[in-house]
Amino acid sequence: MKRWFVLLGLLAALLAPEVRAATSPDEVLADPVLEQRARALSKQLRCLVCQNQSIDASNADLADDLRRLVRARLVAGDSDQQIIDFLTARYGDFILLKPPVEPATWGLWFGPAALLLVGAGGIAIHLRRRRRAEPEALSAAEQARLEALLGSEAADRS
Amino acid sequence: MTLRRLLYLIPVLVFAGIGIGLALGLTRDPSILPSVLIGKSVPQFELPPVAGLDRPGLSSADLKGQAVLVNVFASWCVPCRAEQPLLLRLADSGVPIYGINYKDKPDQVDAWLGELGNPFKRIGADRSGRVAIDWGVYGVPETFVIDADGRIRHKFVGPLMPQDVDQTLLPMLAKLNG
Repeated sequence: MKRWFVLLGLLAALLAPEVRAATSPDEVLADPVLEQRARALSKQLRCLVCQNQSIDASNADLADDLRRLVRARLVAGDSDQQIIDFLTARYGDFILLKPPVEPATWGLWFGPAALLLVGAGGIAIHLRRRRRAEPEALSAAEQARLEALLGSEAADRS
Repeated sequence: MTLRRLLYLIPVLVFAGIGIGLALGLTRDPSILPSVLIGKSVPQFELPPVAGLDRPGLSSADLKGQAVLVNVFASWCVPCRAEQPLLLRLADSGVPIYGINYKDKPDQVDAWLGELGNPFKRIGADRSGRVAIDWGVYGVPETFVIDADGRIRHKFVGPLMPQDVDQTLLPMLAKLNG
């Protein structure tokens, strides 16, 4: 019985989404609205040290500094966009986990859909052509051979 | 008919193109990020000297008038140790090098520089790491090339290597001073 509980616990741990934030208690803002904005912003910002983690989830030193910076600017009255502009001016668009849609990133945003459309279109055209193509009529020689074969078969059966 | 057959090559070519593009992408080091500050003026900052060290602090105003290097370093940073001999050699050959000491303790910097040698003319102590953020620093060491107008011209991420110095840094400095 006990073994099953352990197994269940392990499974639950595996299935649970990673909700634990790296934010330490002393960072949390007293104003819950600002704190919520800080969390939301932190989740969009890439930790430049660990790269595939947001600064909200990362324990890296720099992520910690950036989280505090975001909160300090929120308290100072910055809008979300001002904070994002502040950080991209220093670290570039790379700090955004979701890259902005601009000509340089069109391939990234629309490439997969475009490839899918081209592929689907190609298959559709190919299938339609195949359906439409009528079988060629038999030539005179082929017709004669066919009749000869069918004739001999008919003769065999009788 | 042969023309139609050739059409079937298009997906193969597209696939090959994507494959080559991705393969080339794999050869790049993803930990090296391009700096958006290249071509821009150095950020406004003023850092105090490291307490107890015989080097003055560093501010934006010090970075005007000649081409210089700004090296962001820390005594706790192992790769910094590796590039230090190279920096010393550059300093000996007359390249002005300024340091931004990142999140460090004064007595440890003092001991570290005492052990390895001090190539820096000025050292600003960035104990909170806040100024480094304005420089777009995301790890130590990083080395910036600053021109005489105080503009950032290049950034090396990670320890300087001899080939960086010979192939990039020295030619760049020669051109900036030329």
